[in-house]
Amino acid sequence: MELAGRIFAMAIAAIFVQNFVLARFLGLCPYIGVSKKLDSALGMGMAVVFVMTLASTFTWLIQHYLLVPLNIEFLQTIAFILTIASLVQFVEMVIQKTAPALYKSLGVFLPLITTNCAVLGVAILNIQSEYSFIFAILNGLFAGIGFTLVLVLMAGVRERMEKAEVPESMKGMPIAMIIAGGMALAFLGFAGLQF
Amino acid sequence: MIILYSVATLGALGLIYGLVLAFASKKFHVEIDPKIEKIIEELPGANCGACGLAGCAAYAEAIVLHGEDITLCAPGGDSVIKEIASIMGIEASSADRKIAVIYCQSGGKDNTNLRYNYQGISTCKAAVMVANGPNICNYGCVSLNDCIAACKFDALHLDDNGMRVVDKDKCTGCGACGKVCPRALIEMVSKKKRVHILCKSLDKGADARKFCGNKTACIGCMLCVKKCKFDAIRVENNLATIDYEKCVNCGMCADVCPTSAIFDPLKEVRAKKREEAKKKAAAAMKAMAENKATEENK
Repeated sequence: MELAGRIFAMAIAAIFVQNFVLARFLGLCPYIGVSKKLDSALGMGMAVVFVMTLASTFTWLIQHYLLVPLNIEFLQTIAFILTIASLVQFVEMVIQKTAPALYKSLGVFLPLITTNCAVLGVAILNIQSEYSFIFAILNGLFAGIGFTLVLVLMAGVRERMEKAEVPESMKGMPIAMIIAGGMALAFLGFAGLQF
Repeated sequence: MIILYSVATLGALGLIYGLVLAFASKKFHVEIDPKIEKIIEELPGANCGACGLAGCAAYAEAIVLHGEDITLCAPGGDSVIKEIASIMGIEASSADRKIAVIYCQSGGKDNTNLRYNYQGISTCKAAVMVANGPNICNYGCVSLNDCIAACKFDALHLDDNGMRVVDKDKCTGCGACGKVCPRALIEMVSKKKRVHILCKSLDKGADARKFCGNKTACIGCMLCVKKCKFDAIRVENNLATIDYEKCVNCGMCADVCPTSAIFDPLKEVRAKKREEAKKKAAAAMKAMAENKATEENK
């Protein structure tokens, strides 16, 4: 029961309180870039969930069974990037072969996030927070879900913005920035949650 | 020592990943027909959906894998069709391109019969909702130019009389104008077809004639049907339509149409030719008659 509670607390923390985009300011490029349409935002979000979970798994193993025993933790960043990039490439190939339908909806987004800072960020944070293996994987999953949530919310707002009467000089990127700021402020409300 | 470890570790990691990826690219290699990529490169990449498929990539795939018709890309035009034909190694069907045809000769400033003066929102869609539209003919053009607004290629223009004219060179046959026309007066027809029945009125002959501001309504008189040697015209609901599959552009129907509802760009040219031929024949007859007369005189 205590374990379930801890997992729940972690989920809330990763999705809302310490949201990757709005609280940690990681992965801002896809947040602005891929949030114009709802369906592509959802596709991107799913790809990020997928990659973050996988990356958390493998980087934890690399850290604890390779870098720590050899006492070379300072190679963390470069080793993780190498791992994540190859992993995404590998997964892309496997999906293309085994699930063409999934590849069509997810495939175009996978190369975009090979070296995304949010993915690297979750891997490094897992290590810094000294999570156990299972918790590291769950943290990756929840972080991805949090990212997807924010991306989809943003896409929904921006889709409606298309039809709204925005002053000429504010159209497009300026209004998107203001929306992003508003959302970050709103998410700041979760900061009071303490577990 | 630590340097050695670092270099060895990263080197080993890189090597392992490299090997795994190399192995995977062989093992999970997906056969993609190189023709598909070539055709994707040739297509405009606008993903407009004019071909009826979900984007250019899907169309390229359909051409290669399912033998889809190669002339479906409207924005690409002739050049793209030729390129695709050469990639696929088949003969281009002489680049049969479709362009918009407006099936109404009324709708200008001085050739429209109005039942009231419409002053509402200036779109055709809004106008036809008010008591069936401002013009008396319930099938004719309402002249508020939704089609021009819909055209992305600047291919529709107004002439001096306020009639919409299709620029045949600019029209890509994308069909956007046809979709917005509330009277469904615009259709995409092969550029090679020149003879059209420019009326969509289903009114009875006398009514159609009375309502049409241009006096060029189809009255369903069947003369064209009888004249056509290729069985290409049908009259249904008081309206004649051409079956473009059978039509050979001979223009015989346009000659007999009592209301000039049938448009043939060469009608006058042919009429002139006929006139000349008649004159020639008459002159020949005359000459023959004179010859005969002189011979008899001898």
